[in-house]
Amino acid sequence: MTAAATTAAPKTRIDWTKPVLSLVALCMVVLIALPMSWLAIYAFTDKARHPTLQNFVTLFTNPDFLDPLLTTAIIATTSALICCLVAAPIGWLVSRTDMPGRQTIRALVTASFVTPPFLGAVAWELLAAPNSGLLNQFYRYLTGTESDSVLFNIYSLTGIIFVISCYTFPFVFVLVANALDNMPGELEDASAILGGKAWTTARRVTIPLALPALVAGALIAFLQAMTLFGSPAILALPAGFHTMTTKIWSLFQYPPKLELAAAAAVPLLVLTILLLQGQKFLLGRRGYSVVGGKYGAPRQVELKAWRWVALAFCLVVLLNPVFLPYLALLNAAFSPNATTLVTPSTATWHNVVFVFTELSSTQLALKNTVILGASTATIGTILALVIAYVTTRRVITGHRILGFLATAPVAVPGIVLGVGLFLSYTRPPFVLYGTLWILLIAFLTINLPSAYQQLQAAFATIHPELEDASRILGATRLQSLRQITAPLLRTGVIATWCFIFIGVMRELSAAIVLFTSQTKVLSVLIYDLNESGDLAAISVLGIAMLVITFAVVMAVNRIPVFGGNATARLRNS
Amino acid sequence: MKGRKLSRRDILQGAAALAAGSIFASPARAEAPAPVAITPELVDAAKKEGKVILYSSMDLPVGEKLGKAFEAAYPGISVQIERSGSERLFQRLDQEFASNIHAADVVNTSDASHIISWKKNNWLAPFVSDDMARHFLPEYRDPDGMSATSRIYLSSIAYNTKLVKPEDAPKSYADLLDPKWAGKMVKGHPAYSGTIMTATFQLVRELGWDYLDKLSKQRVMQVQSSTDPPKKLALGERAVMADGNEYGVVLLKEAGQPVEPIYPTEGTPTISGPTAIFASAPHPNAARLFQAWLHTRETQQFFTDYTAQYSAHAQVVPHPGRRKLSDIKLMKEDAAGVEKMAEEIKTRYARLFRV
Repeated sequence: MTAAATTAAPKTRIDWTKPVLSLVALCMVVLIALPMSWLAIYAFTDKARHPTLQNFVTLFTNPDFLDPLLTTAIIATTSALICCLVAAPIGWLVSRTDMPGRQTIRALVTASFVTPPFLGAVAWELLAAPNSGLLNQFYRYLTGTESDSVLFNIYSLTGIIFVISCYTFPFVFVLVANALDNMPGELEDASAILGGKAWTTARRVTIPLALPALVAGALIAFLQAMTLFGSPAILALPAGFHTMTTKIWSLFQYPPKLELAAAAAVPLLVLTILLLQGQKFLLGRRGYSVVGGKYGAPRQVELKAWRWVALAFCLVVLLNPVFLPYLALLNAAFSPNATTLVTPSTATWHNVVFVFTELSSTQLALKNTVILGASTATIGTILALVIAYVTTRRVITGHRILGFLATAPVAVPGIVLGVGLFLSYTRPPFVLYGTLWILLIAFLTINLPSAYQQLQAAFATIHPELEDASRILGATRLQSLRQITAPLLRTGVIATWCFIFIGVMRELSAAIVLFTSQTKVLSVLIYDLNESGDLAAISVLGIAMLVITFAVVMAVNRIPVFGGNATARLRNS
Repeated sequence: MKGRKLSRRDILQGAAALAAGSIFASPARAEAPAPVAITPELVDAAKKEGKVILYSSMDLPVGEKLGKAFEAAYPGISVQIERSGSERLFQRLDQEFASNIHAADVVNTSDASHIISWKKNNWLAPFVSDDMARHFLPEYRDPDGMSATSRIYLSSIAYNTKLVKPEDAPKSYADLLDPKWAGKMVKGHPAYSGTIMTATFQLVRELGWDYLDKLSKQRVMQVQSSTDPPKKLALGERAVMADGNEYGVVLLKEAGQPVEPIYPTEGTPTISGPTAIFASAPHPNAARLFQAWLHTRETQQFFTDYTAQYSAHAQVVPHPGRRKLSDIKLMKEDAAGVEKMAEEIKTRYARLFRV
């Protein structure tokens, strides 16, 4: 053993970090720069690929494009605001108070995150379509009003903002709750000891420490709402208007106008870059590295009698993304008519039988989705981990560019990325269209920004001094990464894996450009079913999809990824 | 092809082509191939391929039922159906062919003008079955044998009987412009659905763009597929269907849903759904078998009875208790007209209805 140890020792001195990281950087450039370049080429040229600005002139002089741009801005801003207003208090209640049922609330927020937005949109069609919606029927039944009186109309701007917020607020919640969870108690204790009242402590310590997470959350919510395709496609067209993503989608109608589609993505891209810069400016250069080797558990606020009020508030909020939609889907799955309440005598297995024995695409789509979900999540987590490490620890030159590349896809609506990928991978050297690979690349690119953001935030809270200590004691970067940082990141890594897996299940916009009959995924199948009005079949498939997602997420959370080190969390509590 | 002998059929074909060429001075390939029967050899070859992929715009439960019937007739060959609106399928096929992807074996479109485009591209394989040659009138067959009309159906208007009294129901397209229907109608989209594209063309020809202009001011709920409006009507989401599949309405009515079709006094737009085989079909024998089977009297009768559509097969008898095509005032189809106007319809429609 000793001989082996001595001969092995020099080998460990070889630091593979830089070559490995440079390779990853190169992959990133290909992964993201390639479709982006094709988009840029298409946006700034005409059909013959001669340079022109005509696409932008068309875009900015034509109300057909300006209206959707404005609508999208309104939807994204309002949704982001609503998400923050809802997610911040729930995050605080769950993380820092003695509210009963906190774990349940967390699980329910996760459930709303797991729900694909397009499925939520269909469920809300069942609930709040102006005439046939269950809630409107119930309202008319209760009040005995006219058959055409309407309480809710989901086919409206308000309806769309509502549905998008329902399935975007978990993004903000996760970031805020994690930040509050990881905040050391000492800082708040110090404030209290120095005589700070509860509100002062909150204002001077807690809120500033949680602010980066909230701002990041608002940003993600804004970008999600801006680039979402499924919910607006399902709800805006019946309402009679377009958002940018549905407008871009309509540009693919035969004969496709790819130049305009590419150009239409540019304002969204510019807006995102501005927002990311704005976030940096707002947060300044303050460091938020608070997880060192020395801190205490977060303080818990005693709510006393308000505990139940708080719980009630959380449950009422969760009625919208979880309870009501799931009930509507269950009802539709077993109902002969999607929006008639099922009774034991009318319940039917017909829809279930149809989906699983007659619908010829079901099995293929299920298989493709699960394969893509698992592989994207695994590759994506590793990639995001490496990039987050490089950018937070500034390992190689050009780490900023890498960070930008990892964040950039967030600005590109999935549907436009889909076109970029389509343009990139239908010609040599990479002919991938028609294979699952192109979908893998698409899902990887789309999910990278949030995965990266999440892991970067996790890295940012771990002070480099822990790694430094390891390296001083002779470990290479990769060794200290594996032995020190990775165990600390375990929760973050598992969360990121699940995040991406769920992201793949939720993804529709790029898939809808890139799928072929052999590479169909569940989201596309559901979208197709919605276009032909087969709501009951969607409900059955949607429930199956949710069951699979929950099963996978729960299974993954039980796998000890980093073996014995998994429990070695530097927590005093 | 090496050492291939000329068969009697080749000689006959050649002679026919020569004759046609000398009389009409048309290219030699403008001649349908000789009719083919469903032979054990064809069935065996198809079974070896084991699968047929059908791109179709048929209402999904209807299409899947058809697929299951084929699977029952020829065990060992599975049918995979790619259902989408015909205009979407057209765009996707364009996208796939441009990328050299040939997944589709057989296509059934609800926009007959698509056959014209695909023929121009040389994408289709000629195939004529015995039934097609004997029992389908020439107007329901491509002269070059590239396609046959598998189904004929209508895009009608309709109403929900719980929400509208029969005496108040609209009788014509003109009635739909009555302010009392504002916000109460649902319709499909011509950029998505071939049925709606074909129907819109006929409406524009008969009633002018002026009609659609006025209809667009009625706050119509816009859905995509022509199979959706009957379902929205049955749910009671809207009281009146401005366009959509008549067969969907009939099937829902027969299933006990509160819907009733209306055949407008101006005439009802007629749609024919041709089926064709792609020259690049990955399962060519299964494709031929499916195409031949689809146009047999038995399948056409089953299809008619089960889906409430109409058949171009001369021996198929109308389903008892359903309205006969001959009793309905129809608008005439014109695939060549649709082909010329499709892009204009998409653009002007989007401008009028804002989606």
